[in-house]
Amino acid sequence: MSEGPDATDLAANDGQRFDRLPATESERTVAGRATREAVVALFADRFGIPPATFDEYTFWEKGAGKIWIYGGEAPTPLEIEAIGMTCLRTRQEHWKPTTDFAQRFGRHATECVIDLDREAARRFASGEDQELAWDGDWGYLIAAQTVADRLEPLGIGLYVHGELRSMVPKGRQRDLTSSR
Amino acid sequence: MEPLERYRSIVDDFDAFLAACERPLGNAVRVNTIKASVERTLEALAEEGVGYEQADWNPRVLDLETDSPGSTWTSFHGFTHGQEEVSAVPPVVLDPEPGERVWDCCAAPGGKATQIAALMDDRGTVVANDNNLGRISALRFNAERLGATSLAVTNADARNYSLERFDFDAFDRTLVDAPCSCEGTIRKNPDALDNWSEGHISSVAGIQKGIIRRAIQATREGGTVVYSTCTFAPEENEAVVQHALEEEDCRVVDFDLGLEHSPGVTEWDGETFDSSLEQAARIYPHQNDTGGFFVAKLEVTA
Repeated sequence: MSEGPDATDLAANDGQRFDRLPATESERTVAGRATREAVVALFADRFGIPPATFDEYTFWEKGAGKIWIYGGEAPTPLEIEAIGMTCLRTRQEHWKPTTDFAQRFGRHATECVIDLDREAARRFASGEDQELAWDGDWGYLIAAQTVADRLEPLGIGLYVHGELRSMVPKGRQRDLTSSR
Repeated sequence: MEPLERYRSIVDDFDAFLAACERPLGNAVRVNTIKASVERTLEALAEEGVGYEQADWNPRVLDLETDSPGSTWTSFHGFTHGQEEVSAVPPVVLDPEPGERVWDCCAAPGGKATQIAALMDDRGTVVANDNNLGRISALRFNAERLGATSLAVTNADARNYSLERFDFDAFDRTLVDAPCSCEGTIRKNPDALDNWSEGHISSVAGIQKGIIRRAIQATREGGTVVYSTCTFAPEENEAVVQHALEEEDCRVVDFDLGLEHSPGVTEWDGETFDSSLEQAARIYPHQNDTGGFFVAKLEVTA
């Protein structure tokens, strides 16, 4: 049994344009498309980000499984280059948030946030993987460090087998000093 | 520096002007208040041991005491963005408010578009357009790094821009930071004048006139259009605004600017411009130890 409407009635995703995510399964018209409900639930269930954080935002899909978060006005569908920022990759087994989303919204997270010291943060920012102890769930984490007395997210890491893998994309990686 | 000789008659203390154009610039950054307050950013820089000097006219503009402002923690976190001090002027003159619809019609690589989003507390709609697809990738990269969620990015020629793609039919404000001959960037880019010619000025002025006209048409009555360039040529500055005054419904309005500057010129090369153009600002490199800029503020009329 498929979830929601019968899959044969659903349209295929058009990767060239922006389509607003359906609110729930029952409103879905495109096969395999994530719903707003599921996206907000992922951020709440995995990271403890309160769903109300996203009340002023809309979620969109352009490209296969690339989800965008947007705060401005736009009709759906929409054929332009970008709206807001990419926030999540769906259409794969584990949905993966983006580094830029973690930096922008990760400060609202209360779970699956790993607090790195400055040297570990430096290695993370440069794209290195590192052995680290973590007694929480394996999977995607928000890596953070303390900046000016507050925890500040660095990006998304993947924690498996005692290792924190940096998911910072090549173009966002930087060589920084670890001195304070 | 030879091409700059033509401005001897309009620039006060021309020798100081030429001398300033030969000095390199420091490393200016803008604090991205979408990610962090000015106070927190300064604290983060101090923690890193990076010295800074805050601009008098704008506490969000800093001169960093480092040769690589992109390799700082504040940059990695998106608290700071490399942006020349005078380049931060046009969005401040535009003065957008949260919730408005704003068009940045020549937006790449996005320093000013993200500054506009920050001035609006990232609430509202900022349409960041550019005609160059290659430069749009830089714009998108910067928008995401700085966390601007109110930006919509389009790839079109601003001269015949269509609003049909959106649900609204006019912007509240528009920034025309026009493509130009870039004479004012000589301190940042010593090659800026290599391809300089009067023919180039004349052809780029034609494009500027087309863009400013469309910007005024796409902005609601009572709305604001800011026209800026990073060049000194009156053909690309006052003459372009004069053309807009003649062809579209608009007037030049005054604005406060906390930087030393000279008024717009009303005569150049045998042509005269409307006296209201004195309310435009010419910012010369020797006045504030910055790059060069021209800014004019227009109100759209009936």
